Amino acid sequence: MKAKIIITPKKAVLDPQGKTVQTALEHMGYTGVTGVHIGKYIEIDLAPGTDKAAAQKALNEAAHKLLSNPIIEDFKLEIE
Amino acid sequence: MNFSVLQFPASNCDQDAVHAVRLLGHSARLVWHKDAALGDTDCVIVPGGFSYGDYLRCGAIARFSPVMQAVKQFADNGGLVLGVCNGFQVLTEAGLLPGALIRNRDLQFHCENIFLKTATNDSPFTSKIPVGKILRVPIAHGEGCYFADEATLAQLKANNQILWQYCDVSGNLADSANPNGALQNIAGICNEQRNVAGLMPHPERACEPLLGSDDGKWIFESIFAALKNKTVAAAA
Repeated sequence: MKAKIIITPKKAVLDPQGKTVQTALEHMGYTGVTGVHIGKYIEIDLAPGTDKAAAQKALNEAAHKLLSNPIIEDFKLEIE
Repeated sequence: MNFSVLQFPASNCDQDAVHAVRLLGHSARLVWHKDAALGDTDCVIVPGGFSYGDYLRCGAIARFSPVMQAVKQFADNGGLVLGVCNGFQVLTEAGLLPGALIRNRDLQFHCENIFLKTATNDSPFTSKIPVGKILRVPIAHGEGCYFADEATLAQLKANNQILWQYCDVSGNLADSANPNGALQNIAGICNEQRNVAGLMPHPERACEPLLGSDDGKWIFESIFAALKNKTVAAAA
């Protein structure tokens, strides 16, 4: 089993990396790009047979406390 | 007065902080990140550096170290805590100070001297800074852009928690004098109880003329004075 966590900067937070990449894409001729947001992707391996609901609850807590900073970031958690 | 300077793996301003405190006539010692107790301490300094490699986010891992649990308790009991640069980041991650520090708006690491305006003398970290004095101190960071949501910012202002702001040589809070894009040119803040403060600039690197400026000493002198008042109050 694997947990996948995608962390992105909150909309209100300055994302200079995203802006710089967006500008680069525009310079390369890619049109229609209205925003680029750069975040993090974390993959966590879980022991086979882990209870999915319990893992969801625990990792949700971990994502709030450590993996993301709720002041500046949002996260999405998926377990498969 | 006894200063405890924390030492995480990859702290790199710890020795400078110890040197500055001793130079100014007080005692300081290093406290290892695995120590669960601070010992006899009047003030804690969380120094600059790249604690735990700044993995995940700056300060995110340091927050969970044993010594930080002791620092939290020390702060909850009213002890004075000053976070410098990475130390500021650690204190925000630990929830001891509001807001967060994010990547500089120009994506550059800034290592330079800047000017600081003291927004209020009403704190143990600013009381001795001469009124109107513009401090010239160095910065060295890549992630020093202070961010907080609107409600938090409003609270910071209402409670007079903004202690230092980036300014130009004449004291104007110009955008051109803001090295990292920090909201409201914020360089340093304190908590609501005013016993925990953090700032991105390095006062400990500016405590003797040999280093180009001794303006940083005013921040330490403020702490010494606050501690002295506390001791007098306790004895009375």
